[in-house]
Amino acid sequence: MKKEIRICGFGGQGIILAGFIIGKAASVFMDYNAVQYQSYGPEARGGAARSEVIISDKKITYPRVTDVDLLIAMSQDAYDKYGDDVSDKTITIIDPDLVNGEGKKGKLFKIRAQHIAERLGNKIVANIAMIGAATAISGFLDPEAVKKAIEDTVPERFKDLNLEAFEEGFKAGKDAVRGKLPA
Amino acid sequence: MQELSAELIRKKYLRDEMWPSIFCNGCGIGNVLDYTLRAIEELNLDLDEIVFVSGIGCSSRLPGYINADGLHTTHGRAIAFATGVKAVNPDLKVIVFTGDGDCAAIGGNHFIHAIRRNVDITVIMVNNFIYGMTGGQLAPTTPIGSRSTTSPYGNIEPPFDLCELAKVIGAPYVARWTVSHPYRPIKSIKRGIEKKGFAYIELLTPCPTAYGRRNRLGDIKELWKWYDENTILIEEYERIMKYGSDEEKERASKMIKIGVFQDIEKPEYFEEYYKLIDRLKEGGK
Amino acid sequence: MRYKRDPDLIRKVIGRKVQFVMGDTACVYGSLLAGCSFFAGYPITPASEIAEEMSRLLPRVGGVYIQMEDEIGSISAVIGASWAGAKSMTATSGPGFSLMMENYGYAIMSETPCVIVNVQRVGPSTGQPTRGAQGDMMQARWGTHGDVEALVLAPSTVQECFDLTIEAFNLTERYRHPVCVMMDGEIGHLREKVVIPDEDEMKIVDRVVADKDDDFLPFDVSKKTGRKVPDFPTFGKGFKVHVTGLTHDTRGLPATDSQEEHEKLIKRIVSKIADDRDKLTMVEKVHLDDAETAFVTYGASARATEAAVERARKEGKKVGMLRLKLVWPFPIKEIRKLADQVEKIIVPEMNLGQIVHPVREYAEGKCEVISAPKVGGEMHTVEEVYRYIEG
Repeated sequence: MKKEIRICGFGGQGIILAGFIIGKAASVFMDYNAVQYQSYGPEARGGAARSEVIISDKKITYPRVTDVDLLIAMSQDAYDKYGDDVSDKTITIIDPDLVNGEGKKGKLFKIRAQHIAERLGNKIVANIAMIGAATAISGFLDPEAVKKAIEDTVPERFKDLNLEAFEEGFKAGKDAVRGKLPA
Repeated sequence: MQELSAELIRKKYLRDEMWPSIFCNGCGIGNVLDYTLRAIEELNLDLDEIVFVSGIGCSSRLPGYINADGLHTTHGRAIAFATGVKAVNPDLKVIVFTGDGDCAAIGGNHFIHAIRRNVDITVIMVNNFIYGMTGGQLAPTTPIGSRSTTSPYGNIEPPFDLCELAKVIGAPYVARWTVSHPYRPIKSIKRGIEKKGFAYIELLTPCPTAYGRRNRLGDIKELWKWYDENTILIEEYERIMKYGSDEEKERASKMIKIGVFQDIEKPEYFEEYYKLIDRLKEGGK
Repeated sequence: MRYKRDPDLIRKVIGRKVQFVMGDTACVYGSLLAGCSFFAGYPITPASEIAEEMSRLLPRVGGVYIQMEDEIGSISAVIGASWAGAKSMTATSGPGFSLMMENYGYAIMSETPCVIVNVQRVGPSTGQPTRGAQGDMMQARWGTHGDVEALVLAPSTVQECFDLTIEAFNLTERYRHPVCVMMDGEIGHLREKVVIPDEDEMKIVDRVVADKDDDFLPFDVSKKTGRKVPDFPTFGKGFKVHVTGLTHDTRGLPATDSQEEHEKLIKRIVSKIADDRDKLTMVEKVHLDDAETAFVTYGASARATEAAVERARKEGKKVGMLRLKLVWPFPIKEIRKLADQVEKIIVPEMNLGQIVHPVREYAEGKCEVISAPKVGGEMHTVEEVYRYIEG
């Protein structure tokens, strides 16, 4: 098993953190190997940000994503800039309120992550809602491991909010797989 | 102290195998060494609890002569090395010997930041107005008009007053004296070693070979006389500036101030750091 | 010295046994477990995370972190701290490494144990600050003036940033010679799994501290061990040791006018490392047994290289990889052996060709040696490395 994941959006959306949580879930709580890296520089201040994760049950040699299995896009800019390296096997998840994602290869899912987060009272957890959805849709992440990684990473006082965002995203993901349109 | 003869000092504090010294006839660095050791004797300190640190230059050779732990380092860096020694073993007394080139030029940045942090070290700066070891080049302390091998037509750079600098940054103890009068330097070195925090003692020290010779001060007596004529006690300077005639003020403003520039108490860096360690040990943040 | 290594406390401070962290962080974890109790540094990308983590964790284990005014001050303080008895370390990147070169030589000359981490970035000069490179590999060997040997490690993974930092401390304490850990911006900022070994799985080396006897010579072959590494006379213990960067005799006193003393001193300092070259050699061999083409590489470059080797093997090509974990002292014997075996050696590096030179020197013309350079702040792709196999 080897999966290549790319998460992109704009700086401030917690794109890097999302990659970190997936990497942590896989390597610390699922006993896979994982690597994660990010664009570093002006992106941290509002431009297009990208975080990439590879998880595998074998040794990971080359630590760069070249053949995307899971693409998560949370801004139009980032999707346009980093939406390549996709193929028929690629699962793409976009937030339809932020990205117009028609016309790329593979399967496309629409998750209103920012909307979910706003409903929960804080836009900041849109990234975690997206992870929840990605966990449900992709099938290769153990939801319990991802939850542990979230708990292990976010500050104590935001723990409940983040776990809630994960659950809501996870539900939305399940619905999307069943073909239900996003509310 | 008066009873402590040169021979006794030599026996008690110095390395036999290092004699004769590298210092020239008339050099004042021997006086600096003498005064430092007398201060240590008067304070009744154990040499094994002191580390002498130095950079590069004539003055920086001093640790080599003292029979104690010594760290003779690279040019300008003595204070930074000393910071490391003090960090790990704050129970040690750390005395830095440095020169005007070592401290005011290449090492200036370490000097100001160690003062800013207030690291508990005693810096004894031998100011001979010149780069002596390399043969007499211009230093940041060379007086205007002085000749050196690299200011052959007379120096036009204004010299640096490190005492004023140290005072402004907030060194707890700052003093300058000439080596021509022993008691006040000894007293200041004692005070500096005892001071918790950064102590800076600058000693105007003759270099007849590299400085004096080129500036009609080759004779040691001339140099010592020059000190007397060109230095002024801080208190006297301030009195003149307040009450003196214009002529007196004009004359005083061209002189080098000597005396104690600052003597205050403030928190010492590593004392604060070890408090931090203790606080964290108790589960603090 | 007030610090005492407390493994339980260090482990508590580091946190769980399996973590997903950056190479920079793993390096900090390794140093703490090795017993590092003093760190002095100056912020610089991409090494700043080491300073940040140190400032957070070192005081919690009883050690001292200090942010100095520059990199020269940092390595100076590190050397001073070492003489006061601490295992000490600094971390920087290319520009700071350049500034440290004079005192790197001082540490060699004064035989001061200390660790210098260089998270390499693209140079020369300010270059590409956020991008990784391997452009300082020759500088670590030859960057300071005079005749020296070097102990230089190059981690390829985040786990190795941890493991090799511990190794660096062990080597520096054992040889009383500064050790450079040549990380790079790619591995320094990459997150991977790190498994912290249990205390009984770890080997921690401490310096041999001198005995205070009358005929102790602070800069001579050790009487205790017979090795060319003198026993260490910690400051403040009554050794009355004089430490200088000047050429010195076995007592530590200046001997600047003696050709014989200098030759004796410098040959001992160089040979204490060079004599142990084969013992020190640390390489990883991948598919080398029957290889006809071999890569010789190190650090981040080994990642794409290993992937290229796996791909070639799948296609039935006899390709292998020799990865240098310890780059200096150079593994002469391994290169000679390899040159006897293969037809071609390819050396991928994130520079315009540095380690390819000693490889070529010790291949002694017995096989073709090709440089596979990559510059500009990107790692080689697998494809780029692979293409060199065919020629």
